[in-house]
Amino acid sequence: MATYDGLFETLGLETWCGGGATDGPMTMAELLARANGSQAAEGADPSVPLMQTPFPSLDALNRSCAAIPRSRDMTEAVENGFLSVKDPLKTVLDPLTQPLSWMLDLSLELFQDIPWFIMIPLLVAATWFASRRIGVTLFVLVSFLFMAFIDYYDDAIRTLSIIFVCTIVSIVLGIPIGIAMSRSNALQRTVIPILDILQTLPTFVYLIPLIYLFSVTESKIYGIAIILYAVVPVIRLTDLGIRLVDRDVIEAADAFGMSQRQKLWGVQIPLALPNIMAGVNQTIMMSLAMVVIASLISAPGLGVKVLAGIRNLELGVGFVAGFCIVLLAVLLDRSTKAALSRIDASVRS
Amino acid sequence: MSGEGDVKVAIRRLYKIFGPNPKTMMRHVEGGMCKTDLLEQYNHVLGLQDINVDIRAGEITVIMGLSGSGKSTLIRHLNRLIDPTAGEVLVDGENVLDYGDARLAKLRQNTMSMVFQKFALFPHQTVLANAGMSRRVRGERAEIADTEGRRWLSRVGLDGYEDHYPGQLSGGMQQRVGIARALSSDSEIMLMDEAFSALDPLIRTDMQDLLLELQRELHKTIVFITHDLDEALKIADHLVILKDGTIVQQGEPQEILLQPNDPYIVDFISDINRARVLRVRSVMEVTDRAGEGVAGEVEADTNLERVIALSGGDTNLNYRVMEDGRQVGLLHMRDLVRALVPVEAASEDRRVA
Repeated sequence: MATYDGLFETLGLETWCGGGATDGPMTMAELLARANGSQAAEGADPSVPLMQTPFPSLDALNRSCAAIPRSRDMTEAVENGFLSVKDPLKTVLDPLTQPLSWMLDLSLELFQDIPWFIMIPLLVAATWFASRRIGVTLFVLVSFLFMAFIDYYDDAIRTLSIIFVCTIVSIVLGIPIGIAMSRSNALQRTVIPILDILQTLPTFVYLIPLIYLFSVTESKIYGIAIILYAVVPVIRLTDLGIRLVDRDVIEAADAFGMSQRQKLWGVQIPLALPNIMAGVNQTIMMSLAMVVIASLISAPGLGVKVLAGIRNLELGVGFVAGFCIVLLAVLLDRSTKAALSRIDASVRS
Repeated sequence: MSGEGDVKVAIRRLYKIFGPNPKTMMRHVEGGMCKTDLLEQYNHVLGLQDINVDIRAGEITVIMGLSGSGKSTLIRHLNRLIDPTAGEVLVDGENVLDYGDARLAKLRQNTMSMVFQKFALFPHQTVLANAGMSRRVRGERAEIADTEGRRWLSRVGLDGYEDHYPGQLSGGMQQRVGIARALSSDSEIMLMDEAFSALDPLIRTDMQDLLLELQRELHKTIVFITHDLDEALKIADHLVILKDGTIVQQGEPQEILLQPNDPYIVDFISDINRARVLRVRSVMEVTDRAGEGVAGEVEADTNLERVIALSGGDTNLNYRVMEDGRQVGLLHMRDLVRALVPVEAASEDRRVA
């Protein structure tokens, strides 16, 4: 006898229901409860006090009427639904995303094959050319020397290589999407909710369908997770940047008969560049955040060390790896921001 | 290429209605519905109503009106930055509304250039690149664009600023770049949308003088938008006064000043210094008789202020009016003084008489 028996009786649906709770797939919690012999929940006594009346949820209704699916059946249906589209989805997505695996593997090899005494000066030189700031450049040098000294250089460089590839792919995908959005209000209206979802979905949730779709041995599995998460800001800020370009200037471009392409390359992109670069900066920061979480699905780098810290309770390893991630984050942020302010200065001077 | 004085651009029965369904509203407007009714009953704004203007080659046509009168909307119809709801815009006899995208781009690149109120320079390009922009847009080589840019920058008095960025220049200098940009396209028609309104009064006067000086040399067909009557009277060959999207009066500025046909214009002109704006030609008696007691000679284009100074305030004098060394009329100081009295609208004038 369950709480809502009376409801189905009055509605005359007993025959449709065909009795009380059915057996079906159970949650781990239920299994444990059964193993412990505490069947109290199942055979609930009919006189439930008013204050404890359960919400007429799937499970509560199922106890009175077997025809109504349980919550567990519902999640199973979702799973089956996903599994049924998985194969066709995989046949399309697999070849499409294959180049990402190649790029990630190639870059990983390249970054690791270059010896430290070439790689570190290279990174320092790149920082100098992008930022032209002595402070930032020195900071990059010291950080890498420090990480090398404490033997975290290899992991840091792997993380950096993944961020490098994912940022480039995000920019290549994101800027055209942003430009297209800035030109069509309809497209903007459809894309913005998708971006909102991508940005608010808990990062772990990205990983679930990816594990089903791709093999964990392939690099692209974490590449996709990172790109999906990191591509959002560059799209948003490209769209915004182009829409914010002074209308008077656009009108002048029109009045002098500029073509769409001349306007895009000669006026809109140069003037939106500060915003686009702010988006790129955010994209880099978000790929760094995701590359740590993606270590759960085999992404190499500092994240693996953090994961080891959690799994094996190696507090020191986890802390130091975490500190190295912070170091990477700060140096990536500072050097891209320094580069950004240089662009700003040239646009607004 | 049309000769001077020919109609270069003709605006014919031009209407612009703003709102979701402008085409269907044309019926009501043609049926005589006024602006307020259209707004109240159908929620459409009547921007321009039955505009007919002939813009002559080599002249400065000034379109004047207060904000909201539709003057900026009107000028944007000439190069189709805004498309009209109905009507025609004929440039050299061709209706630009029939143009496709490619032909329209050609019109904007070669035939019409534009100067903007807020300058609208490209902030990320140097002054030189801005000045030569119109050339580069139509695919001419960089050297040509730079040579032309340099030439016109120097012509507007900006030698030495080629490598600066617009943001580093003052407003007046930025607008000089804007003018150089328009001139370097070598277009026959120049549209100037409140080009000097954002500038300080003194700089504005400088720029007006610069424009008149350039015009004496270049004889462009200029359409100039302004809300400033003094400015309009100073530079206009042909003045169009716009109010609430309709033309109240158009003609030679002196004529409008002496014979305003609408109380709105009377209001408008009541505050200006008539002595400075009116010219001898407009108040003289047209004659070639020698006249007695002539105190001296004045040029037909002299303004009355200067004649008053010349006469020392004596209203009994007469002057011989000369143009190109020939006498074209006689100026009686008494007529001059009478012309300084602000006129009521022509209709009321008649009633008094």
